[in-house]
Amino acid sequence: MSEPQQKWTETIEDNHSLFDLKLKEVWRYKDLIYMFVKRDFVSSFKQTVLGPLWFFINPIFTTLAYLIIFGNIANLSTDGAPKILFYLAGVMLWNYFSTSLTGTSSTFAGNAGIFGKVYFPRLVTPISVVISNLMRFGVQFLLFLVMWLYFLIEKQVQPNLWMLATPFLIILMALFALGTGMIFSALTTKYRDLNMLLGFGVSLYMYATPVIYPVSALKGIWKELAYYNPLTGIFECFKYGWLGKGDFSVPMLGASTVIIFFLLALGTVIFNKVEKTFMDTV
Amino acid sequence: MLALKAENISKQYRLGQVGTGTLSHDLNRFWHKVRGKEDPYLKIGEANDRSTKGLSDYVWSLQDINFEIEQGDAVGIIGRNGAGKSTLLKLLSKVTKPTTGKIYTNGRIASLLEVGTGFHPEMTGRENVFLNGAILGMTRKEITRKFDEIVDFSGVERYIDTPVKRYSSGMYVRLAFAVAAHLESEILIVDEVLAVGDAEFQKKCLGKMGDVTKGEGRTVLFVSHNLAAVRRLCNKGILLKNGKIISTGMMDNVLNRYDLEFASAEKNFIINYPVDESKKMQILNVELKKPYDHNRIFTDDILEFNFDIVSRIPVENAYVTIDLKNNDDDLIYWTSDYTSERFTMAESGKWNLKCILPKNLLTTGSYTVTFAIYSPSNNLVIDHLPKYQIAFEIEEDENSFLQQFGIVRPGKTGIESQWISSKYSS
Repeated sequence: MSEPQQKWTETIEDNHSLFDLKLKEVWRYKDLIYMFVKRDFVSSFKQTVLGPLWFFINPIFTTLAYLIIFGNIANLSTDGAPKILFYLAGVMLWNYFSTSLTGTSSTFAGNAGIFGKVYFPRLVTPISVVISNLMRFGVQFLLFLVMWLYFLIEKQVQPNLWMLATPFLIILMALFALGTGMIFSALTTKYRDLNMLLGFGVSLYMYATPVIYPVSALKGIWKELAYYNPLTGIFECFKYGWLGKGDFSVPMLGASTVIIFFLLALGTVIFNKVEKTFMDTV
Repeated sequence: MLALKAENISKQYRLGQVGTGTLSHDLNRFWHKVRGKEDPYLKIGEANDRSTKGLSDYVWSLQDINFEIEQGDAVGIIGRNGAGKSTLLKLLSKVTKPTTGKIYTNGRIASLLEVGTGFHPEMTGRENVFLNGAILGMTRKEITRKFDEIVDFSGVERYIDTPVKRYSSGMYVRLAFAVAAHLESEILIVDEVLAVGDAEFQKKCLGKMGDVTKGEGRTVLFVSHNLAAVRRLCNKGILLKNGKIISTGMMDNVLNRYDLEFASAEKNFIINYPVDESKKMQILNVELKKPYDHNRIFTDDILEFNFDIVSRIPVENAYVTIDLKNNDDDLIYWTSDYTSERFTMAESGKWNLKCILPKNLLTTGSYTVTFAIYSPSNNLVIDHLPKYQIAFEIEEDENSFLQQFGIVRPGKTGIESQWISSKYSS
């Protein structure tokens, strides 16, 4: 009789492939992603009177504020698109990006307690943040659709087929938030300075992105600089598709895609590197 | 068939304030890596002995650990505080990676370094069972299948749809442990989580642990300070000291080695006080008489303290006291010699004192004892050096009634009461 062959199902060691996202493992933990998303949902509206109505209240009031300040007082151009729709689109997209970015970038610092006690693929956390924000975005998008239909009947918007690119745009934005969020979350475990930077950086970044103004309002060097911002292509494509207004070209979106995938790869590498030992530095 | 094998694993930590100066170390590391050289900081570092001040900022929390664990073994990992037990568990549960070396595993690992990880106060008990189960690696299907069993085990059925922030801490812990106890994994790693809940629930947990190791044939790694529990649950042991393995093998052998190793260091049963001629009265030395010549003390052993004291100038009403504290620094018992002949006579000279503690005074646990001389009439501390203390551990008597059923006696004292019964009807 011979001993059964010894087999190992896993090896724990310091070596690892930097580009390996362990997606297979993440897939195995899909139920955890679902639970995290549910937790975010349940916990944000517990003991509130209006509950999920807050999903609408936030963008409506922000849009109104922009309408008054940027639309009427500062009188910024909206490329001739209905102002309220223009700002709502910007606010909605921007909210999705900024909440996803700030959410993912606190992955390690915010979950140190759990991470220190139990192992699961760390990528689960940022992914669940991006998904739970996607839910919010979905609800706000319904609001946008209702408004948009009104203006469509009034014949104030001229949509085109680019509106079908919306899912792709959203995914791009999610990946962008995920990539940069992973970079920030990994680096902030050791260098907390980046937290400070992120705090005001995100609010400043909004002004570098065509949220409250169209790219066509920019001139010269500023316009050129705006093209380097991966969000420019996404925002302009969305507004072009739905409102028929905007300075949009395919290469612009292509460039955004390339930059975003580069940042995602970089984020993955850094995230993977930090993931193994962050408990020792956090 | 092996379930787990550790090969030369080591773990290095940086002491002090991580964050200051790390950028320069990181850059230096990076520069060495670029040139294909070894990490310069891996060479330095010393064995981890927390009591001596080291020379370097880097310490090896674990060094050159090698061991193999057979499938179905229940392995107790023991050692003093800071020996590297928790670090080893962290490595095994993949919370952090080893600095060098490899760990091979065969089968799913579930680790319980804490119960209730990720519980969200706003969510109901039901939702938290699913959340916590998912965090521990269970799928929704598995949890659904075991849900009733989990709720039943926890005994909080009535509150299962109430947010857990409304739970008492006991209920919270019960529910959390119930989830953990129903994990399906080939290898289970447990860190002292059993020290939770009330006595009844502890009993249930220990019972469940026993089932897991004995009945279900799973591999279990168990870290605990409760030597009695380790002895009962584990058949193999690993003894760590300063980050190195000093003994592995059968649990009894490892425990014996533990006794030998720490007999002098931890179980210091004799105190010699520094002589101070300026004190009117002074304790010269105290000895805890060991019941037998081995270093283990059981609950039903009779403990005896033997004092030598000197009275240079007689002080009115001066009495000698014993303060007995448990691990949590609660004063469990206080006694004094004001009933002795020495106290009544209050003469100068040297005295020998004996204090015999009541049988079954203490239950399982670690204790420290300090000694002092006070005089209430002068409202004076005459002699009190709190740093001088005797520390010892008490284990549940193996032949006790409760121990037959694997139960550790609850409560802080184990003094037996007199029970009188008379039958008045058939």
